[in-house]
Amino acid sequence: MELTEQDYQLVAAIQGGLPLVEHPYAEVGEQIGLTESEVISRIDEMKQSGIIKRLGVIVRHHELGYVANAMVVWNIPDEKLDFIGRQLGLQPCITLCYERPRRLPEWPYNLFSMVHGTSQDGVIQRISAMIDDLGLQGIDYQVLFSGRRFKQRGARYQ
Amino acid sequence: MAIAERRQTTFTPPPLQPPVEAPVIPLLTTLEKRLLNEFQHGLPLSPTPYADMAEKLDSSEQEVIRLLQKLKELGYISRVGPVFKPRQVGYSTLAAMAVPCDQLHTAAEYVTSRSEVNHNYERHHHLNLWFVVTAADQAAVEQVLTEIETHCGFTVLNLPLLKPFHIDLGFPLWN
Repeated sequence: MELTEQDYQLVAAIQGGLPLVEHPYAEVGEQIGLTESEVISRIDEMKQSGIIKRLGVIVRHHELGYVANAMVVWNIPDEKLDFIGRQLGLQPCITLCYERPRRLPEWPYNLFSMVHGTSQDGVIQRISAMIDDLGLQGIDYQVLFSGRRFKQRGARYQ
Repeated sequence: MAIAERRQTTFTPPPLQPPVEAPVIPLLTTLEKRLLNEFQHGLPLSPTPYADMAEKLDSSEQEVIRLLQKLKELGYISRVGPVFKPRQVGYSTLAAMAVPCDQLHTAAEYVTSRSEVNHNYERHHHLNLWFVVTAADQAAVEQVLTEIETHCGFTVLNLPLLKPFHIDLGFPLWN
């Protein structure tokens, strides 16, 4: 899907959130010169084409008590990456699962996943259970818990 | 990418510690929990989405709007809106730096000050500062990484997304 100039205006108008009013799409449309139904159909197309992954309530899990945030990085043999990546991606406790490049020698990990929980112990138990369930014993991995959050907001595009 | 002059880093990575902030589970009503959990994806694309949500929740449009505003003010939700697929609009990367503990705050402050950075976290690892840079295209992102490297004096590990393996349906709460 090719984005038009007007689409970029729409992206800019909604990326910080929809207004909490009775007719949010109409209000967005007023800002950028589109009708309510044009805004709705354009957002729908962006969803269909995958540009918008989801549209909904974006929660801040840390504030809701999910303070243990683990980035689990795995060094998966290249030939097994697609299979294991898809399996990990389907686990309910995994909220992100991406292939990223190794940077040898200091960084051998090529698969990144995220596990959140209310305690570090609970998160470690979930990871151990997942390793057993998926038969990942013997795969080199590391768990990087988050410390201070210096900045967290949605991405903004110019 | 040009590698900035590296300062010698002689420090021991911090041991795994419990989070600084103790977990405080907020007191929420059943309706508030349902609002937080059941509408992380699939917000109705109808002229009146909050009225549609109210119908599913056996509530009223005004009550849904009021509660969403309240949850936003309390910081439990950041917004009601879209999550864009990375790179569909613009380009982004995940980057990491190993910073000596006594310089972490200064480095983090500079990284945070960059408008192209939307996430910036400490992690308990030798590579202890992790951040996401988003800009119009790959060249602009790499320029920002070079500037951060030059300004802070530490090598930046550039770890762009190669392939996503999951479908984002939000974050399951209270399961």
